Amino acid sequence: MKHRTFFWFILPSLIAMILFIALPVGSVFVQSLHVEHEQVLRTVENCGPFGCTEETVIDRAATEELRAAQPLGRFAGLSNYTDRNHLAFSELGVMWERSDSFADFTRRAMTLPFWRAMAFTLTFTFVVTPLVLLLGLAIALGVNALPRAFRGPTIFVSLLPMIVTPLIGSLILFWMVDSRGVLGAALQTLMNDPNLSLKASPTLTWIMLMVYGVWSSAPFAFIVFYAGLQTVPEEPLEAAMIDGASRWQRIRYVVIPHLMPLAVFITLMQLMDNFRVFEPIVGFQAQANATSLSYNIFNYLRGDAAQFGAAATTSMLTILGVVVLLTPVLMRTWRDFNRKGH
Amino acid sequence: MAATQRRSPLLIAVSTALVLLWVVVAAFPFLWTLWGSFKVQADFFSLADWRNALRGTFTMAQTGSAFTGKGYEGAWVQEEFWRAVMNTMIVVVCVVVISLTFGTLGGYALARSGFRYTFWLLMIALVFRAMPHITLVSGYLMPFFQWNVWGHLPTAIIVLVAINQPFTLWMLHSFFLNIPKDLDESAMIDGCTRFQAFRHVIVPVMWPGVITTGLFSFLLAYNDFAVTAMLLSQQNQTMIPKIASFLGSTQVEGNVMFAVAAVVSATAPLFVLILFFQRQIVSGLTAGAVKG
Repeated sequence: MKHRTFFWFILPSLIAMILFIALPVGSVFVQSLHVEHEQVLRTVENCGPFGCTEETVIDRAATEELRAAQPLGRFAGLSNYTDRNHLAFSELGVMWERSDSFADFTRRAMTLPFWRAMAFTLTFTFVVTPLVLLLGLAIALGVNALPRAFRGPTIFVSLLPMIVTPLIGSLILFWMVDSRGVLGAALQTLMNDPNLSLKASPTLTWIMLMVYGVWSSAPFAFIVFYAGLQTVPEEPLEAAMIDGASRWQRIRYVVIPHLMPLAVFITLMQLMDNFRVFEPIVGFQAQANATSLSYNIFNYLRGDAAQFGAAATTSMLTILGVVVLLTPVLMRTWRDFNRKGH
Repeated sequence: MAATQRRSPLLIAVSTALVLLWVVVAAFPFLWTLWGSFKVQADFFSLADWRNALRGTFTMAQTGSAFTGKGYEGAWVQEEFWRAVMNTMIVVVCVVVISLTFGTLGGYALARSGFRYTFWLLMIALVFRAMPHITLVSGYLMPFFQWNVWGHLPTAIIVLVAINQPFTLWMLHSFFLNIPKDLDESAMIDGCTRFQAFRHVIVPVMWPGVITTGLFSFLLAYNDFAVTAMLLSQQNQTMIPKIASFLGSTQVEGNVMFAVAAVVSATAPLFVLILFFQRQIVSGLTAGAVKG
């Protein structure tokens, strides 16, 4: 295809992506270098019957004017990145000196908003992704062994947790594990603890969120693996059987290598999707015990006093995280592309 | 493959039990919430005994029958959920139509051009696809306030179209790769321009891929919370932020049932979608995988 024709074909899509993805990233970067104006203070003299007192008041009109004139706020350089709400190097340094063990240090570091969110986001990503792969494979193998008539309905039901809006899915589960909901009550009976509440404990909240993550993503892995199982080549399987391979050996040496590229694909998708975990925290109202990077940004932007600088800084660090996460994939694809000889 | 092997009964039992368990885990929450949405709050969130939700003790006492439509009435009439439904319909239809138009043109170009920059465009699209939507929202808010475009439906629509583009491009790109090159190239030898070849030869055969991609665009627009919650004003809210706002103001007894009813109402279209398009959804999920 000629360069010119290519250009005209791709133009609408390119304009949309440049205007609403690339430029906003630039805008986020610029915003991350600024902080909101402080309120303009003015000293006034109040003179009454008992003499004069000096008082400092907020000059609202001047503050408004300054904010309207420079909506970005004042330039702050990289200070947003190093402040307590983000990378917090100096705070971390102090904590490192004062804490007597590594566990103590971790406990203290969990009070810093950015690192707290990072810890949950990474734990969520790297716990949910492998569990999704395993559960998806197990269901796919199970469904593949079912009589054909049952497979369609099983797939239908399986698609529900994945298709449903993340916020709705997490609300549905949240209402059930509520201490007055059906699962919450069942757990209380099982544990023999009438005051058990999943919301109250950080550990249980984390587990609950990850259970939601697996519940909503396992169908994706299941469908992809199931489709892969339909195309397992017959010949190597028969050859393996003739050579006396057991069922387990056939799975290990024929089926799993065949599914390997699919597993890589699912892992890639899951890493991307789990890294932006956000809606479950809103749905489960878990912000007291677990916050993610996306949730922090949402929280900075919400309300009347939106902190654009802080939100933008967290966004930049999140984007950096995404790029680091994707680097191995990008490099692999680059090698493949070159090997194909372009 | 399955027919040629003999399996031990134990293995069959274990794998069937696993699948059964999964089916229950996947379906029960939805059935339970559907059932509970016709009860009053004291039954669905029962302090005394969870079986109240089954028997409807309080529902009987408060309304005189075992089922009540009060939650639905409250959500749709009192809280004007229908307005949010209308907004969602407008947003979803516009997003799907515009992203497919842009996406088919771009995806076709990417599939037919072998130059190095197509690779880079696809890689950049992959990075864009991976970016959390909320990071972009923090870039939009301030300029949108400045230009006075914040809060309107068209703003949310164009933003969702843009966010959707990377995925749409990837998916349609792989569908177009499956359509043989000879088809449009022979049309061009016969004297068509590239666009005429696209219009008369490719468009008639591309619909299966476009429908599948359209389903996923629909889901993205329908399921979005981050963009619509931050970029739409109160009266332009779509369903999902509206449901979230029910939760914020549900201190009054019974209001949480509005949210339950709204959740069931918003799940119903998705249920119908799977019912009719199960095959396309499955093929769409695996399309990316097959291509690698």
